[in-house]
Amino acid sequence: MATHSRRIGDQPWVRRSLIGLALMLTLILLVIPVVVIFAQALSAGWSTLASNVMDEYTLDAIGLTLFVAALTVPLNLVFGTALAWSVTRFRFPGRKLLITLIDIPFAVSPVVAGLLYLLLYGRNGWLGGWLSSYDIQLMFAWPGIVMVTVFVTSPFVARELIPLMQQQGSEEEEAGVVLGASGWRIFRKITLPNIKWALIYGVVLTNARAVGEFGAVSVVSGNVRGETNTLPLHVELLYQDYNIVGAFASAALLAAIAILTLIAKAFVEWRQARTEHATPAEGGV
Amino acid sequence: MSITIDRINKRFGNFTALNDVSLEIPEGKLTALLGPSGSGKTTLLRIIAGLESSDSGRVLFGGDDVSNLHVRDRNIGFVFQHYALFRHLTVAENIAFGLESLPRKERPGKQEIRQRVEKLLEMIQLPQLANRYPSQLSGGQKQRVALARALATQPRILLLDEPFGALDAKVRKDLRRWLRALHDEYHFTSIFVTHDQEEALELSDQVVVMSQGQVEQVNTPTALYARPESRFVFDFLGHVNTVVGLVKGQKLVQGDAWISLPGVRNDQEAQLYLRPHEVQLARAPSVKAKLPLRIASISLIGSEVRIELMPEGWQSDEVWEVGMSHSEFARQSPTRGELWYAVPEVGHLFLADGAEPRTIDWQYTEAANASNM
Amino acid sequence: MSTSAQAGAAPVRRFASRSKRVLPGFGLSLGISLFFVSLVLLLPMTGLVVETAGMTLDQFWFTITDPRVVESYKVTLWTALAASLFNGFFGLLLAWVLVRYEFPGKRLIDAVVDLPFALPTAVAGITLATLFAQNGWYGQWLLKAGIEVAYTPIGIVVAMAFTSIPFVVRTVQPVLEELSPADEEAAVSLGASDSRVFRKVIFPSLWPALVTGVALSFTRSLGEFGAIIFIAGNTPYISEVTSLMIFIRLQEYDYAAASAIASVVLLVSLVLLFAINLWQGRYLKRLEGR
Repeated sequence: MATHSRRIGDQPWVRRSLIGLALMLTLILLVIPVVVIFAQALSAGWSTLASNVMDEYTLDAIGLTLFVAALTVPLNLVFGTALAWSVTRFRFPGRKLLITLIDIPFAVSPVVAGLLYLLLYGRNGWLGGWLSSYDIQLMFAWPGIVMVTVFVTSPFVARELIPLMQQQGSEEEEAGVVLGASGWRIFRKITLPNIKWALIYGVVLTNARAVGEFGAVSVVSGNVRGETNTLPLHVELLYQDYNIVGAFASAALLAAIAILTLIAKAFVEWRQARTEHATPAEGGV
Repeated sequence: MSITIDRINKRFGNFTALNDVSLEIPEGKLTALLGPSGSGKTTLLRIIAGLESSDSGRVLFGGDDVSNLHVRDRNIGFVFQHYALFRHLTVAENIAFGLESLPRKERPGKQEIRQRVEKLLEMIQLPQLANRYPSQLSGGQKQRVALARALATQPRILLLDEPFGALDAKVRKDLRRWLRALHDEYHFTSIFVTHDQEEALELSDQVVVMSQGQVEQVNTPTALYARPESRFVFDFLGHVNTVVGLVKGQKLVQGDAWISLPGVRNDQEAQLYLRPHEVQLARAPSVKAKLPLRIASISLIGSEVRIELMPEGWQSDEVWEVGMSHSEFARQSPTRGELWYAVPEVGHLFLADGAEPRTIDWQYTEAANASNM
Repeated sequence: MSTSAQAGAAPVRRFASRSKRVLPGFGLSLGISLFFVSLVLLLPMTGLVVETAGMTLDQFWFTITDPRVVESYKVTLWTALAASLFNGFFGLLLAWVLVRYEFPGKRLIDAVVDLPFALPTAVAGITLATLFAQNGWYGQWLLKAGIEVAYTPIGIVVAMAFTSIPFVVRTVQPVLEELSPADEEAAVSLGASDSRVFRKVIFPSLWPALVTGVALSFTRSLGEFGAIIFIAGNTPYISEVTSLMIFIRLQEYDYAAASAIASVVLLVSLVLLFAINLWQGRYLKRLEGR
């Protein structure tokens, strides 16, 4: 650092011991667990890993997981963007309540979330009963998994966008209106480029959580192998069957997605810092 | 295009931003909305633009009621306080934005848009920066781009919100001159908001002084400075020296200080306002006044020497300020700590009953009384 | 309004509302938001209401005060409290180190902090269970020290702590970054010791964020399921969390009981959520000086 002012905690021994402690705890709590996942997955060699991943049921689970994510992400992308636009660009009664309500999925236990859907759409639920009279079954099937996943991941995009859009303010959009641009043109040409990176990260987070959701999904899935088995459920199934290496093979796939998510986040933050700290031209009025 | 503001009211919750404001903005003139923060000037500007809607009242452009017209359809240019340049578009793209937003049948061709942008870039003297992004520009450059962008669609009216607020003093002065020149060349009807009285007086053809959601006074800069109609306008336009006291025996008296006030009814409270240039300093009291003051500081920078004084034996809410020419200063050589006497030449008297001030010219009363001096 | 408003050059929308919005898309965006919130977040709650309304008050009370369930509340509460307090310390330490110091690997730590949010809970669960098992990398060492983590309530604390690490770091970090060095320098120049400066100057501006972070961590821990069930051992009366109780009742097809317990959990989560939001709103207002 360029400044030589002494700030508290700058004495070498304090500094070193705090950094040391932080590094050690991070290593124990965060880094080694990730290493273990891959070590376990590879404990029986690369070929076993490959055959575990290429296993028919694993492939089915991967397929369903990707399918669920592919349906969930666009839904929450639209919802999150619409919500962020409405609460950051307008004042209306109930605005604060709306901002609080979208945090519900963060506060509610995934098991409770799954239960809520099961009670409503299950055969005994007031809506599910009516639906089943038309032979529509949502629970214990893939639609149920998609529904609870949408619930669980709904806050992510909005949560990424709201602080950013609040901080950016609406002056640029107002300037667009004054200049006669249509709503769609304002959104596409002005807003979207400004929120692009936060939006991408919101999508990445939504995806990570959609792929990895366990509690809510395990309540509403019938857990039929190859039918309603998502990858996290598959991990549990193999683990309970004492197929530890198999479980970790699937776990390693999920961990890889998690690591990609973290890389995406670092990249997005780097991009944002770069646009914010661009240096103005020297001289001239 | 002239603008008429007709009995506009605006409240934000319990706060009254604008209270029954009516106003005429003449065509082709540069008008300043001047006032402290919270006076409603920015709200009024935004209502004229259509960025804010009023609770009641009308806005007319050249006689046409535009109150219910969307901003998009008002054909105004608006320069935002922090420029609001589109950060992901280049300078040229920013300027072209309005033209490209026109409905298809009114939209000029690509070639023509490019030519018009080039022309505007030349007008703002920044043709070399066409492909820069806003984050690569200095404050003054951003301001010019914002102006070019606002003018690109050839609006009938140009509105500017604190156009120089975020710039440093030197750049502000240059830009001010440039904007004035631009206005004189193109003659659009312009309104700008400012809290800087110097800026308002220097730049505009007409100044609207606002306070607490109301218009205090409207006039040309010269007239406004010479004849403020209220205490507020007086206080707001430059420094004033005040004497507050009781009228007794044709004199305004407070403590050891007094000033002759011929023809004013006795036994009433009065406030006398004096501009720094309407007061002289002398080493002894005159027959017109005895206002003992001790020199607190002397500032030599500028075209005049500015002397700050503290009342001695009487009181004033603010420090007194008196201007003195450099040659006079060299002759008199006042120094800090010395006791001097203020000799008023012209003053503005507020009486307890009247709202408008009475201007008193002691040089004139002196001549009439044929006093010695 | 004027009855004789002349039409201008452009068409005048005479009956347009006075409180018109300048920016476009209010109706559309709010419409989507309200539709989504109602359908996805609020409608499912009716199922729970209907289910629990079918029980008598006695049944309901009997279900939610069943000794095994009550024991699960206790276990959940104290483990969540322990985990969030641990994260209070660990999170503050990490935030401090990341904001105040430069050292190799800093960027990596900063990135890895978010891992628990990105890693599926089930993966976290089997990983922690493997690490802390008696023959695991950590378990064998802890066993020598006489500490058993896997299949005990301590395992629950570990799982909860892991899944909620980011909360405290990410709420404290920005506040720490905003602190002005001038305040500290002023205090140091007045001769205050480092620990005094921390207590009197830094901590007072830090604790609202710290409380928020710990509260978020606590809320998340109360509801955690996936990471816990693998490591907890799930012994009734000892290491069963309430989320698991709900799950067990569901597997027994006792929907009514599951709903009753879930309504308790849901109520607590919602109260916590609103409390945290109110608290944040209040202290943010204070920081902005309004």
